[in-house]
Amino acid sequence: MSPRPKRLRKISNPPIISGFKPYGKKKTDINTESVFLHYEEYEALRLCDYEMLNHHKASVIMDVSRPTLTRIYARARQKIAEALVKGSQIIIEGGKIYFDSEWFSCKNCGCFFNNPDKQVVIKECPLCKSNNFSSYEQNTFETEESMIRCNDICVCPACGHEQPHQFGRPCNDEICPKCSKGMVRKGTPHSRSRNRRGY
Amino acid sequence: MKVAITSTGNSLDSTLDQRFGRCGFFIIYDTDAKGMEFIPNPNKDAQEGAGPASVQLVASRNVQKIISGEFGIKIKSLLDSLKIQMVVLKEPEKTIGEIIELLNK
Repeated sequence: MSPRPKRLRKISNPPIISGFKPYGKKKTDINTESVFLHYEEYEALRLCDYEMLNHHKASVIMDVSRPTLTRIYARARQKIAEALVKGSQIIIEGGKIYFDSEWFSCKNCGCFFNNPDKQVVIKECPLCKSNNFSSYEQNTFETEESMIRCNDICVCPACGHEQPHQFGRPCNDEICPKCSKGMVRKGTPHSRSRNRRGY
Repeated sequence: MKVAITSTGNSLDSTLDQRFGRCGFFIIYDTDAKGMEFIPNPNKDAQEGAGPASVQLVASRNVQKIISGEFGIKIKSLLDSLKIQMVVLKEPEKTIGEIIELLNK
């Protein structure tokens, strides 16, 4: 079996440098191997140790689970410790990442724009210079759309009462108004087998 | 500050192109010097990779903002790492002259 693909980690800004070099070598035969610190490990280190966030908050920002964030962070510290002890240079590159920024929508001219630099706070719309804008959430729009798309029906296995399925709510949580039993999705093998048993 | 605008033609009356990678022309507008430069897009009929190639072309002119109708999935992460701001304007009727007027306000 192939392993589950890695989730893409969200990075706000790339580091301003691409690595570190050691200086003042005492011996000439010190290994010249370098340590490759991934972008996601740099980001985890930045969030946890520079911005002093806890692992849960950092994991939400990077869009991964909390245990994954802790693993990334542990690997980052392990790599940096190795570089310090062995005196090897650190190169920041690679990793399963994508760069993302916040999006805003302007109510005056109807445009959407993003904030590429997290350090700078946006005060005005870049197009019409008005300050009548708000942050734009793409997710709310998507869930509304899929709610309309769902045409399924919940059916009561006991009396056969039907009602439209509510998006995001398991049918089993829905209670039949007539016989107060948990409902099932209409047309699924589950509901058919229940009917056959004489419910 | 330099702003790139995607355009369908090479005049001020032409409208905003709704695509970024395969737009007709790029207009590089300098908000301080009020100067403008029209660049025909060499990637207009490219099979693939039009977006990243266009980003390279625009980034070589040191722009800080790009105004277009839509940005592809490959471009967003690229522009974020280059710290170029994207402005999405879903109005195909708007002419380049009107957009420049807005920027000068």
